[in-house]
Amino acid sequence: MYSFAYYRPASLGEARALLGQIEEASLLAGGQTLIPTLKQRLASPDAVIDLKGIGALAAIERKGEALVIGALARHAAVAASPVVREAIPALAALADGIGDPQVRNRGTLGGSIANNDPAADYPAALLGLGATVTTCERSIPADNFFTGLFATDLEPDEIVTAVSFPIPRRAAYVKFPNPASRFAIVGVFVAETAAGVRVAVTGAAPCVFRLPPAEAALARAFAPESLDGLSIAADGLNSDIHAVAAYRAHLVAVMARRAVRQALA
Amino acid sequence: MEIKLTVNAQLVTVEVEANLLLSALLRDRLRLTGTHVACDTSQCGACTVLVDGASAKSCTLLAAEAAGSSVVTIEGLAADGALHPMQQAFHEQHGLQCGFCTPGMVMSAVDLVAVNPDPSEAEIRAWLKGNICRCTGYQNIVKAIRAGAAALRSA
Repeated sequence: MYSFAYYRPASLGEARALLGQIEEASLLAGGQTLIPTLKQRLASPDAVIDLKGIGALAAIERKGEALVIGALARHAAVAASPVVREAIPALAALADGIGDPQVRNRGTLGGSIANNDPAADYPAALLGLGATVTTCERSIPADNFFTGLFATDLEPDEIVTAVSFPIPRRAAYVKFPNPASRFAIVGVFVAETAAGVRVAVTGAAPCVFRLPPAEAALARAFAPESLDGLSIAADGLNSDIHAVAAYRAHLVAVMARRAVRQALA
Repeated sequence: MEIKLTVNAQLVTVEVEANLLLSALLRDRLRLTGTHVACDTSQCGACTVLVDGASAKSCTLLAAEAAGSSVVTIEGLAADGALHPMQQAFHEQHGLQCGFCTPGMVMSAVDLVAVNPDPSEAEIRAWLKGNICRCTGYQNIVKAIRAGAAALRSA
């Protein structure tokens, strides 16, 4: 690791002031991506700003028909939360399937979505549920938040504070995990929400995306059979040592059907 | 910078660089070499310690992040020279071969039984996703954790 300065602000205001003052600063939440990235020298910020001193950002609460989860809520806390398990069990199950227990004890919701790893699980939940990201500045609908490979709509000095998830009628997330890393080779989040059926796919492409043909088919009848014959084009999907694009395309349809079946179970 | 933290129930004040890892602080500065570093890429779990009661990979934490926290390493488990029930179970069930992964396995197991006092074999195997053993094939590790959990329940 290159050397850097370390700050641990006690408030969001202090953190924003630091972001404004320092040329290149990285925000540190759970560190489960940032620390390995620093160790491999893939990033060399002048400073690391640790957000863990800002206590109010880890709350998990139900507000009417939405579940509001603070950016610093750890995966293990989301997975174990009775509030989450009651309101959106699919979200608790998704959090419980991220990485391994030690990663879940440190990694956070805000860190995961701000990083927008193409194979991360949480982006599929945000897009699949039609969530809204709250930052220190504004609210960003999930449909506009994830913009590309490791890219989001966040401004350089913007900090995610919470995510508001509308509570769906039913939902499920099924992934085909890489057996070593547990990252999604393909993961599909399916939800029947007040605003219609939403299907979001992670792992398959450079960025999480929605699947309008599957959404339309499921809107007609929310059943796995509605997706029979669903064909996904391999163009633009990821190919790597774990899976070629054609295989990922096939997996999208399989995981989508499984997710619908699980949502109905 | 100077940080204060609790390590194995002792208050420690230590000067660290911002980029020092918790694993390096424990091993190189505090000479607590029971915490092993193998992959150093957050995968193998040999460096697992408890941070405020929850298991974490100390190779994937800055020492500075642990300021104000309570850290427990494998050296902190045994009380008055008597092995912790989970350590005793690994000994009795022969839950190790070369032993390199064992400190991480034991710390991870201690965290598991804290959140789930009576884990099934499937739950133990799922929990151990973050701990890699390259010798034994996990059979005796799983047996040891079941025995350790039983011993802790009756303790």
